Amino acid sequence: MNSSIKNIRTIVAKELSSYFVSPVAYVFIVVFLMLSGVFTLVFSQYFEFNEATLDPFFYWHPWLYMVFVPAVGMRLWSEERRSGTLELLLTLPVTVWQAIWGKYLAGCIFLILCLFMTFPMVITVNYLGDPDQGKILCGFIGSLLVAFTFLAVSGLTSAFTRNQVVSFIISLVVCFGLICCGWQPVTDAMVAFDVPPDAVKFITASSIFTHFESIQRGVINSRDVVYYVSMICFLIFSTNVVLNSRRAN
Amino acid sequence: MIKVDNLTKWFGKNLAVDGVSFEVAKGEVLGFLGPNGAGKSTTMRMITGFIPYDIGTVTIGSYNIDDNPLKAKAMMGYLPENAPAYGDMTVAAFLGFIAALRGLSGRDRRIAVDKVIETCFLRPVRHQSVDTLSKGYLHRTCFAQSIIHDPDVLILDEPTDGLDPNQKHEVRNLIKRMGERKAIIISTHILEEVDAVCSRVIIINNGRLVANGNPAELKAQSKLAGSVVVTIHGVAYNDAARRLEQCDGAKSVQNIAEENGACKVRVYPESSSVANGLAERVHAAASESNWIISELHREDGRLDEVFRTITTSDTDTAQR
Repeated sequence: MNSSIKNIRTIVAKELSSYFVSPVAYVFIVVFLMLSGVFTLVFSQYFEFNEATLDPFFYWHPWLYMVFVPAVGMRLWSEERRSGTLELLLTLPVTVWQAIWGKYLAGCIFLILCLFMTFPMVITVNYLGDPDQGKILCGFIGSLLVAFTFLAVSGLTSAFTRNQVVSFIISLVVCFGLICCGWQPVTDAMVAFDVPPDAVKFITASSIFTHFESIQRGVINSRDVVYYVSMICFLIFSTNVVLNSRRAN
Repeated sequence: MIKVDNLTKWFGKNLAVDGVSFEVAKGEVLGFLGPNGAGKSTTMRMITGFIPYDIGTVTIGSYNIDDNPLKAKAMMGYLPENAPAYGDMTVAAFLGFIAALRGLSGRDRRIAVDKVIETCFLRPVRHQSVDTLSKGYLHRTCFAQSIIHDPDVLILDEPTDGLDPNQKHEVRNLIKRMGERKAIIISTHILEEVDAVCSRVIIINNGRLVANGNPAELKAQSKLAGSVVVTIHGVAYNDAARRLEQCDGAKSVQNIAEENGACKVRVYPESSSVANGLAERVHAAASESNWIISELHREDGRLDEVFRTITTSDTDTAQR
């Protein structure tokens, strides 16, 4: 157990440093911060609202993550497969699980760091008014859970292919689908097309957007937590299955 | 140290490796030969636990690779084909990463990294990123990775591929030195390498083991083995052949080349048992006839010829 934690830690450290050796990571963080600022301040007309809330800030996060997180996760496994280092990694005394968790956690830490860099928003809203701090905390937690789920999606898609671009696109499509099936305009359309109510309910419940909105209201339900945790576990488990089956052939 | 028993692997309907069994003891360097696509890399990947096999067992030390993969892998060092390495890391960081996953930490880890950087002549590129390395350095970096924890078992897939002659020589010496106290498997296409470093050779063709023995034994299978090559001046081939065929134990004489009044002929022995002393008798015959000899040597047999014979006769393979 001790050695497996050590192995995971080693892999996390290596993956994290590989994010930062290229300028891509910095460009990403800057673009993410700029976009989240632009969306909040310009598109949501933050100041015109005249409310001390970060709701318009968090509202855009799933859409930003849809593009941003696949770009973070696309290289996790596809790069290992393309360069042949997967063979190296899996013939070391490391289990596939340790490698998967190491890479996944490194991606999570990177995303936490990106989101942490948005702290000026929190300072701004506190300076301008007296917001509900609990709600802001919930907002960050909910936002991170979406990011972590998308990261698990792109980890899985990158295990399928040795091409990063393919991994990125498939992951983006899947994330888009996960958002859309709970997005108001889409559910309205489903109702308009006479989709059975139970089916609509099922599809909506499986959307990440539904659970995101629910946490944004300032309450962390066990239902939402179970949704995210089971999604992430399922995706990580699938990644393991894909890696093992790809190895066999 | 390494025990492979009845290893079998299917890729879909394709039988890639078919019941391969062999053992490698400590102090042995096993040369693993075979044409491209014969199943060499597949076998090595199964031994190292990278791909699962369908039938058979692989035991490293006392650990089965299936039941105890981590313990078995810990005993092994592996250089995969094409020497993969993480391109965005520096050589030192890459070796440090591998050392950490090999369970080394702190001072031990630094010492291990420094040591392989010395033994593999990587000092000039120590802080260079792996992406920018030349092929020779890349290969040695990956080789360094495989020996960083001083393993008892080494599996090297084409360890000298892409190296220049000097580097090849260095790496072979290194393998030979390590072979004295480790069990090593190397796969190679270069047959001179087998002579230089291997204490035993197996040849695999179409997934089947077709030969297993030490280099000398294999070479003895060559039809050239034991023949005597002689270059004679001042005599025509036909005359020389007539005289040489009368030597004790000589079966036939073959003309290799005839130029500038000299002829180079090969004398085949009747059987390997009379091959000893054939060279002396050829020499005696030549001096009796007052021929001038500029070259005379006995052929041990050639691995490349044996390799070709074994791996191109498909009917032979099927009968085995």
